[in-house]
Amino acid sequence: MPQLKALDGNRVVAEGARLARIQVAAAYPITPQTPIVEYISEFVRQGQIKAKYIAVESEHSALSAVIGASLVGARAFTATAGAGLALMHEITGVAAGNRLPIVMAVTNRALPSPWSLQVDHSDSMGERDQGWIQLYAENCQEALDLVLFGYRLAEDSRVRLPVMLCLDGFYVSHTTEVVSVPDEEEVDRFLPPYRLQNVYLDVDDPMSVNALTSPNIYTEIRYEHFQALKRSLTVMEEIGEEFYQHFGRRYAPVEKVELEGAETVFVTLGSMSGTVRHMVKEWRRKDVPVGLLKITSFRPFPKALVRDALKEAKQVIVIDRSAGLGSEGPLSLEVKAALYGLSPAPAVYSFIGGLGGRDFTLATLEKTLEKARELYAQGLVSSGSIWVDVKEAGD
Amino acid sequence: MEIVARTMMRVLGPKTIVLTPPSCSAIITGYGRETGWRVPAFQSNLENVAAYASGIRAGLEILGKDDINVVGLAGDGGTVDIGLQALSGAVERGHRFIYICYDNEAYMNTGIQRSGATPQGAWTTTTPGGKAEAKKDVVAMLVAQGIPYAATASAGYVEDLARKIEKAKNVNGPSYIHVHCPCSTGWRFPARNTVLVARLAVETGLWPLYEVENGILRITRKVKELKPLEEFLRAQGRFAQITPEQVKRWQEEVQANYQRLLAKEGQRWN
Repeated sequence: MPQLKALDGNRVVAEGARLARIQVAAAYPITPQTPIVEYISEFVRQGQIKAKYIAVESEHSALSAVIGASLVGARAFTATAGAGLALMHEITGVAAGNRLPIVMAVTNRALPSPWSLQVDHSDSMGERDQGWIQLYAENCQEALDLVLFGYRLAEDSRVRLPVMLCLDGFYVSHTTEVVSVPDEEEVDRFLPPYRLQNVYLDVDDPMSVNALTSPNIYTEIRYEHFQALKRSLTVMEEIGEEFYQHFGRRYAPVEKVELEGAETVFVTLGSMSGTVRHMVKEWRRKDVPVGLLKITSFRPFPKALVRDALKEAKQVIVIDRSAGLGSEGPLSLEVKAALYGLSPAPAVYSFIGGLGGRDFTLATLEKTLEKARELYAQGLVSSGSIWVDVKEAGD
Repeated sequence: MEIVARTMMRVLGPKTIVLTPPSCSAIITGYGRETGWRVPAFQSNLENVAAYASGIRAGLEILGKDDINVVGLAGDGGTVDIGLQALSGAVERGHRFIYICYDNEAYMNTGIQRSGATPQGAWTTTTPGGKAEAKKDVVAMLVAQGIPYAATASAGYVEDLARKIEKAKNVNGPSYIHVHCPCSTGWRFPARNTVLVARLAVETGLWPLYEVENGILRITRKVKELKPLEEFLRAQGRFAQITPEQVKRWQEEVQANYQRLLAKEGQRWN
C-alpha cells in the first residue's frame, strides 16, 4: 500500500533511490543537496538500501565512480547542485556519450559568480547540450516519482541515456509536502532489475570502451545519440501511461493547465509552475483567459507538443529562471524555435527573473502579464528577454 | 611503457579490467572488441583513473564479483599532477585496486611538456632552460596516507616489477607502483639504450628500487657501489644544459638520500 508522508524534496529523492533499489551511490556534499547524501548513507547503514555508498572526494569523482559502477552492471545514482554540477561537466558528456542509464538529482542552484546558495537554473542549463535527458520536478511528489520514472526511462533499450532530475534548491529540496510514497512491490513491478546493454566491462565479453574515435565514425555515434534523445519523447509518453497504471499519477513531457480558450499561455520550468498554476486559477475566476504549459522534459525539448499546445494562443509568456547571458533565456529560445514557421504565430514574450534565489512572487507574475499585454496592444514583441524583477537604481 | 603493459598483463591475467587515461598507453586500447588489451578496458579522463576504479570496484563488490583485478595504468602527468586528487581519495577510501604509474618524467604523449615528475635540470618544451624544481615524490605521499602497498620499479628490471605487481594483486586494498620509464624521444637518447638508461638511474642511486608494505620499508635491489650520477645524466640529451656545479650538488643529494634509505630498511617509513 502506498503511504502518505510529510517529507521534503531531498528526503523524497532518497526515498526514490531506495525504492529504485540503487546498487552504487557516489556523491559529494553541496548545499542544498547534502541531506540526500546523508539519507542515503543512513539507508545503506540500516540495510534499507543494499548498495555501496562511496563518499568521494569531489563531484568530478562522483560521476566518474558512478559511470564505473554502471559499466560493470550496477544501478548507479548521484546527486549534486550548482558549482558541483559545473565541476562534473567534463564527465557529464562521458555518461551521456557512453549511453549509460544513470539518474542524477540536481537541486538547482545558481552558478557562481556571484556566489549564491539559492535557486536558479543556470547549473542545469549549463548542461543542456551534453546529451542527458533533463526533467524538471514541480514539487516533492514529482521529485519522488521522477526518480523511478527516470530509471525506467533511462534503462529502456530504445533510450539508454542518463537522466538529470532537476528540483529547485530550497523551494523543493527543503520544503515539506505531503507525498504518496509508493509501495515497494508495486515499484518492483514497474521497474525491473538493471541489465547490461550495449557497452560494458565484462571479463566474459571483453571490449575497449570509450577509446579515441576517428572522424570517420564520430558523427554517426553522435547521430545515434541524437536519435535516441528524439525517440525518448515517445518512450516517455508510454512510460508515463505505465506509471499511471501503477501509481495513479501521470507524467508526460509537458503538462497542459487550462489551455482551453487561453489567450495567454505561460510556459515555465520547476517550482515556478506551481506559482503560475495558482495564479491561473485566480485569473480564470475573474474570467481572464490564461493558461499554463508546464515543461517537464526540457531535454529532449518536446517541440511538436509545445507547438501544438501553443498554436491557438495570442500571447505566450515564457519565464526563464536563468540569465541566458549573451542571448535570451534558454527556455524562450526553445519555445520560439518550436513555433517557428507557424502562421499566424503567437507573440512570445520572454521574461527573466527569480535568479540567485530571488522569489518569483505573484506580484512579479502579474507584472509579466501586464507587460506582455501592453506590448501586444502596441503590436510589439520584445526583441530579447525582459528582466522583470530588476530593481531600479536607488531602490 | 610497452614493457610495463606487457608485464602487467602477464602477471594479472584475463580476469582484469584495465583503465587508461588519454596518454601513451592509449595506443594499445584499440576499439570495441578489437581491443589490444584483450580484457575489458576503459579510457578515463586524464585525472580520474582512480575515481573510475573506485566505482568499478564498488560495482563489482555489490554484484559479488570479487575475483577480478582492477588496474589503472597512467603516466606521470595523469598521476602526480592532475590525477593526484582522485588517487589520494581512492587510497584514503581503501578500495581494492592497483595503480601503476609509468613515469617518463614529462607529458610525453602531447610532446614533452614538463610535469611534477620532471627532474631538476631536465629540458622539456615548457622548461627550455631546464626545470628548476625538484621531482614530486608521490610514493612518499601515499605511504604517508597509510597505503598498504607502494613500490618503485623500473622498466630496466622487469622481474622486480613483475614480483611487485604480483604482490599488489594480492593486496586487499589499494596498491601503487611507480615505474621509472625512460623515453628515448623525450629524454633524447637512442631507443636501443632504453634499458641501459633505466639501469643507470638505479645504479647511480637516483632511482632506488624499494617497496613499502604496511609501512615497512624493504629495498629490493641493493647497489653495492653507486656509479657516478654523471653517467646517467650524460647518457641523455635533456640534461645537456646542466653545469658541473649542479651535477656535484645533485650527486651529493642522491648519495645522501640513498644512505638515508638504507638506514631505514626494515623499519617504519615514517
